[in-house]
Amino acid sequence: MSLLSVRDLTVKFAMRDQTVTALNGISFDLAKGERLGIVGESGAGKSITGFSLMNLLSRPGYIDTGKILFEGEDVVQMNDKRLRNLRGNRMAMIFQDPMVTLNPVLTIGQQMIETLMAHRKLSHEEARQIAIVKLREVYIPSPEERLEQYPHELSGGMRQRIIIAIALLLDPQLIIADEPTTALDVTIQADIMELMLELCQSNQVGLILITHDLGVVSQMTERTLVMYAGRIIESGRTREIINDPQHPYTQGLINALPQQTVPGQRLKQIPGNMPGLASIPAGCAFNPRCKYATDLCRSRVPEAVHYGGVEVACHEVQRLNSDEDRQEARA
Amino acid sequence: MSDAKTDRPLLEIKNLEKRFDLDQGFLETLKFKQGKIVRESRSVHAVNNISLEARKGEALCVVGESGCGKSTVARLVAGLLTPSAGEIHYGGQRIDNLPRAGMQPLRKKIQMIFQNPYASLNPRMTIRQALEEPVRHHYPNASAAEVRDKVTEVMLSVGVDPSWAKRYPHEFSGGQRQRIAIARALTVDPEFIIADEPISALDVSIQAQVLNLMLEAKESRGLTYLFITHDLSVVEHFGTRVAVLYLGSVCEVADTATLFSSPKHPYTRALLSAVPQLKDDRPNHIRLKGEIPTPINLPKGCPFQSRCAFADARCKSEKPKAIHQPDGSMVACHAVEEDRLDAVAAG
Amino acid sequence: MSTETLNPKSEPSRWSKIWNSNMGYSFRRNPVAVVSMIVFLLIALASFLAPLIAPYDPYDPAQIDIMNSEYPPAWVSGSLPEFVLGTDDQGRDLWSTILYGTRLSLLIGICAVALQAFLGISIGLIAGYVGGRLDSLLMRLADIQLSFSTLMVAIIFLAVTQAMFGTDTFNKYAVVFLIAVIGVAEWPQYARTVRATVLAEKKKEYVDSARVLGFGPMRIMVRHILPNSLSPIFVISTVQVANAIISEASLSFLGLGMPPSQPSLGSLISSGFDYIFSGSWWITAIPGVVLVVLVLVINLLGDWMRDVLNPKLYKG
Repeated sequence: MSLLSVRDLTVKFAMRDQTVTALNGISFDLAKGERLGIVGESGAGKSITGFSLMNLLSRPGYIDTGKILFEGEDVVQMNDKRLRNLRGNRMAMIFQDPMVTLNPVLTIGQQMIETLMAHRKLSHEEARQIAIVKLREVYIPSPEERLEQYPHELSGGMRQRIIIAIALLLDPQLIIADEPTTALDVTIQADIMELMLELCQSNQVGLILITHDLGVVSQMTERTLVMYAGRIIESGRTREIINDPQHPYTQGLINALPQQTVPGQRLKQIPGNMPGLASIPAGCAFNPRCKYATDLCRSRVPEAVHYGGVEVACHEVQRLNSDEDRQEARA
Repeated sequence: MSDAKTDRPLLEIKNLEKRFDLDQGFLETLKFKQGKIVRESRSVHAVNNISLEARKGEALCVVGESGCGKSTVARLVAGLLTPSAGEIHYGGQRIDNLPRAGMQPLRKKIQMIFQNPYASLNPRMTIRQALEEPVRHHYPNASAAEVRDKVTEVMLSVGVDPSWAKRYPHEFSGGQRQRIAIARALTVDPEFIIADEPISALDVSIQAQVLNLMLEAKESRGLTYLFITHDLSVVEHFGTRVAVLYLGSVCEVADTATLFSSPKHPYTRALLSAVPQLKDDRPNHIRLKGEIPTPINLPKGCPFQSRCAFADARCKSEKPKAIHQPDGSMVACHAVEEDRLDAVAAG
Repeated sequence: MSTETLNPKSEPSRWSKIWNSNMGYSFRRNPVAVVSMIVFLLIALASFLAPLIAPYDPYDPAQIDIMNSEYPPAWVSGSLPEFVLGTDDQGRDLWSTILYGTRLSLLIGICAVALQAFLGISIGLIAGYVGGRLDSLLMRLADIQLSFSTLMVAIIFLAVTQAMFGTDTFNKYAVVFLIAVIGVAEWPQYARTVRATVLAEKKKEYVDSARVLGFGPMRIMVRHILPNSLSPIFVISTVQVANAIISEASLSFLGLGMPPSQPSLGSLISSGFDYIFSGSWWITAIPGVVLVVLVLVINLLGDWMRDVLNPKLYKG
């Protein structure tokens, strides 16, 4: 049985004049200890997916339909008490900005020990010992001293390590990390990524990594979902998606990276912008930006089909991959 | 400008320094130390003795991590800050000490593009007002029709539909706003553009669009860029020369191709190895110990010593000078100078 | 000045834009704000149209008959039908006098606030934008000004001027004196708020961008920073108008404001106060109610505006 199984998740936002659909029929599975990347640009719905999984959406957003089965239990149907038990204990979340997650007026120790004592029947001293062990796991030097410090006394990289330690505190089955390294410098980012990878592998913790950075996904995850305008448009093994993407948007996204072009040459850009949630075009949401779009693409939403090692939601996937340019690019 | 000066760099930065005082006012400088009240003012050393030059038609990239002083360099060159020491020359003229009136003709030549397109446009001005304002200011004799034509021409050249001119910035997406911001800088026909992280606030697919736009503008208008970024893949693509900054000092300056094929400074090497790559599965980066120290109390000697695997006694006491390398790059590192680096790596 | 002449075609859409904006929407959704706005507009309209609406002219001695003094309002026995709200101690029709008095109170309140705003915004902009020693100097001045209460400053100033110019001259220019003293006494409210906003706006990139384009400090302050600092100015303006009306009423009540021959709401209340124990409560009570309602609706509008414009409460 998979650890997490999302079926047909639809999330809507009730705005002033209208209700917009932020997530439209999202389905995916995550096995125990598996690392999944969710890639997309801002507005694609990747962060909303993360929030929905923990049932953390707040007004005006709400889960309209769908199931989120975590260890067989539907998160959508849980009452507040069970949700509290779920969050932190079995599922943890890491955010982009560590300063938002850490309470600035409490010491690191107070925050860690309180979390532990709220969920487990432990004495203060026992909780402290666990906190120290967890801080060691994330390679924080002299953890006993860190427990007495306030968040502002620590550097950005150190804070993100502490966030990870707090996420791991109650030995969750799943960690949802929303852009965990975006606010960090490259050298620190590399360290944090390595640390997360190591911890997930050694503790058999599932990871959902939400990011816009294809390089990070490529190095961290086994499987990837690519999102566009509230739908999953391509999913499959990360290596397949990076090396041989099938959907024109994924192809465009990868080809647009400066690494993919000879220095100084024009980058292969995707024209246009991602549509706003209120104005998603009919049919395939990508059709106005897609050079392969046909009348079918403009009228009907494509279903996911299996093609070339991945699941891809595109009507024209066969035609575009027999396209000459494409063959050339692959060769 | 005469042709005789073409061998001279367009922009020259000489021994530039910038300190920000943390304690302003007399009372704040008083500290209580060991039972005595002493007067002591702390300052952030954002830029320490930086020398750089950019030739005409070049895209000089300045890379580094947060707090390395790269944005301060941009703001110093743009005249938004005054240097604490050192000189900035543009086209042979010293510009860092010019009064506002003396700066006016240069304002047309030197323009800046900012990081955050959500903040760099005045939210209460329509696109037309924002674009016409600089033209009117710098060409007070231009007729209304001329101003309008100029604005339309620039809007078309950056791919912004002139019929949007009546709208306000909040009606546009980030990428469109950045195009408008670029258009605004181009309305005065500049020859030198300072771009401070112009694409880091944008989405991946939009980044490519904006980079292409900047490359096009470079070619069609003969622009010279000072491009500030933390993204090395962008540098590799966009830059003709690169300066790597660490804690307010230059570590290495080289042609882009040289820097990426044979980085010399230990920090440059670590930085390059840390960029997440698409194709390899295993991250295999050079780990640096510790984190960037605060620029308040700079260590004596090499600024990178606290994180460098090759640091020795000399690095701790003497600040390395930039030394010319055979392949044309300049590297400020004792270990490179003494040839210790590859000996250790090989051994 | 290069003010853009508006395309006549875009004129009607401007109103619909305001109506459909966030502010228009939250206004429609807030019954308190709607009712307050209606009441305020009614009072303002009636008072500014006083010469047309009022049955008598309280400033015209020919229309006043002392024999008509202290008639009660229409619903009390012993009233005269031509005086709906009764008459005051001098025989003036109270309804007309209140209309004229409200007009004076509003006029003084709004002009005083305009003066405060002009002083405060200019000083706040300069202090915030220029910074350094000038900023410290101006803000210390504001602190000193704030440490005297408005009423104290006003009482001293008005008492001195009254003694200097004599009661007759003073009464002639009372409106001007009141506007000046209330205006000058409260500029630091504006200056502080504007300075704080300017400091926040100054850090934004559009200001840097304007500086790189070579615009002068005047242009940057007036064309770029000021339009982006308007929200808090609107909010404090409403509160300040209410405060200024109260200040004026208090001063007039103390006999330092409008003379009885040209009564504002405050001086009406004051003149009726002497008769309250002889049973003529309406001379004080009815203008009092008008004053309270006027100040209340302005404050309620101010509260609503603060809720809408406060970026911390507003969810974008």
